[in-house]
Amino acid sequence: MLKILKYSCYDLLRSRWSYVYFAFYLMLGTVLLFLNNDLSKAVITLMNVIIVLVPLIGTIFGVMYYYNSKEFTELLLAQPVKRSSIFLGQYLGVALSLTLSLVVGLGLPFAFYGIFNSAAMSEFTLLLVTGAFLTLIFTALAYNIALSNENKIKGFGYAILLWLFMAVIYDGVFLMSLIAFEEYPLDKFSLIATMANPIDLSRVLILLKLDISALLGYTGAVFQKFFGTNFGIVISSIMLVIWVLVPTYFIYRKAKKKDF
Amino acid sequence: MIQIKNLYKKFGKNQVLQGVDLDIETGGIFAVLGPNGSGKTTLIKCILGMVIPDSGTININDYPIGKSEEYRRNIDYLPQIANFPSNLSVEELINMIKDLRVIKTAKDKELIEVFKLAPYLKKKLGNLSGGTKQKVNIVLAFMSDSPLLILDEPTSGLDPISLLRLKELINSEKEKGKTILITSHIMSFVEQVTNDIVFILEGKIYFKGSISELKSKTGQEDFEHAIASILQKSYA
Repeated sequence: MLKILKYSCYDLLRSRWSYVYFAFYLMLGTVLLFLNNDLSKAVITLMNVIIVLVPLIGTIFGVMYYYNSKEFTELLLAQPVKRSSIFLGQYLGVALSLTLSLVVGLGLPFAFYGIFNSAAMSEFTLLLVTGAFLTLIFTALAYNIALSNENKIKGFGYAILLWLFMAVIYDGVFLMSLIAFEEYPLDKFSLIATMANPIDLSRVLILLKLDISALLGYTGAVFQKFFGTNFGIVISSIMLVIWVLVPTYFIYRKAKKKDF
Repeated sequence: MIQIKNLYKKFGKNQVLQGVDLDIETGGIFAVLGPNGSGKTTLIKCILGMVIPDSGTININDYPIGKSEEYRRNIDYLPQIANFPSNLSVEELINMIKDLRVIKTAKDKELIEVFKLAPYLKKKLGNLSGGTKQKVNIVLAFMSDSPLLILDEPTSGLDPISLLRLKELINSEKEKGKTILITSHIMSFVEQVTNDIVFILEGKIYFKGSISELKSKTGQEDFEHAIASILQKSYA
């Protein structure tokens, strides 16, 4: 699998898109820092951007890479290489190169600004870790979609819908149901609903760490009350790991049965 | 060498393979023939493990496939359509396959010489013409010297001189005692390289034997007409 990972990364690092993505984060980081002049405020703004944008990029790149590397995959399938290594290697190749663009792109301006000596260092690290998780989760989901759809247009469509649902519609439905059922105890429901969406989960995780109660919102407050700040962070991190493992397992299972 | 028993495969509603039974002995060239959509490529892809059959078994050297991917180390495959990752160069691709298959004594150098590919080595695969891609394809398939060679439409896009070289190459591999499976629609090419054919029709083995047997079975004087007469019967 490491060989496949190596060649996928190699292939991706030569493609223009990784650099565009990298340059975008570099610019975003720089602009935010020089406009805000305050590290912890820049981290909050960055959180709002990362939480929406990283899943989008992960989904689109995942789907795009799968369809673009179809020939490569077919070539590999005739070689003495395990199927699961081919697909997991490619998936990790995309996810890791995206993570690299994110971490290096944002890390550089913040490092120059002196994040290492500031109080916001742990928040910033958590932000990057969450970004990495979101990349892994959404690329895996996108890979699942691409594996189950031969038709590119359909695959892209479903991928965009998935992102739209998770990033926008989910919260709307969630809030509406909170209003509709306000007479009932909703603590457990909102806990589960938050855990069922990796984007919400990441937001709560970062806000718990930042300890800004004004931004926590209802779910964040419930999280904090239910688990306390530290345990809440542990629980949401575990949930994020599960969110990576489950779709990855499905990639493994689907890849075993697919015809080429 | 290869034993296929009762192989079935369905794509959606399309039943492609309907109980294929086939034994391929070690050594020699076998042409797998059949009309478009008869299941030739599907059968080959089943042997390679790229398509997973609904039922039936395939044994290679008395070892069932599907348990491990190691058996593919003994198979060289030339795919029908030469699709390669477009931002790799020819040289990089050759080195990558060598690395993945862990080939120690690759004969890529002499094959590059035979097909005059040296000027293209540094070029990106996406910028090559169809025929040049097919030559690269041939180099990749022949370089690792495996005992079983599967060639799916090896002649597509080749110029006459390369075609000649390919025939020589196939014959020299046969001399070494390899087993070679070829699919092709060009009957004259098939007739030149082999005498043993397997004819697939509607997902079943319709005929297996020599060309002369086929001629006497169909009562036709030449090979091309013999094949055409089978097809006409099946369409009628």
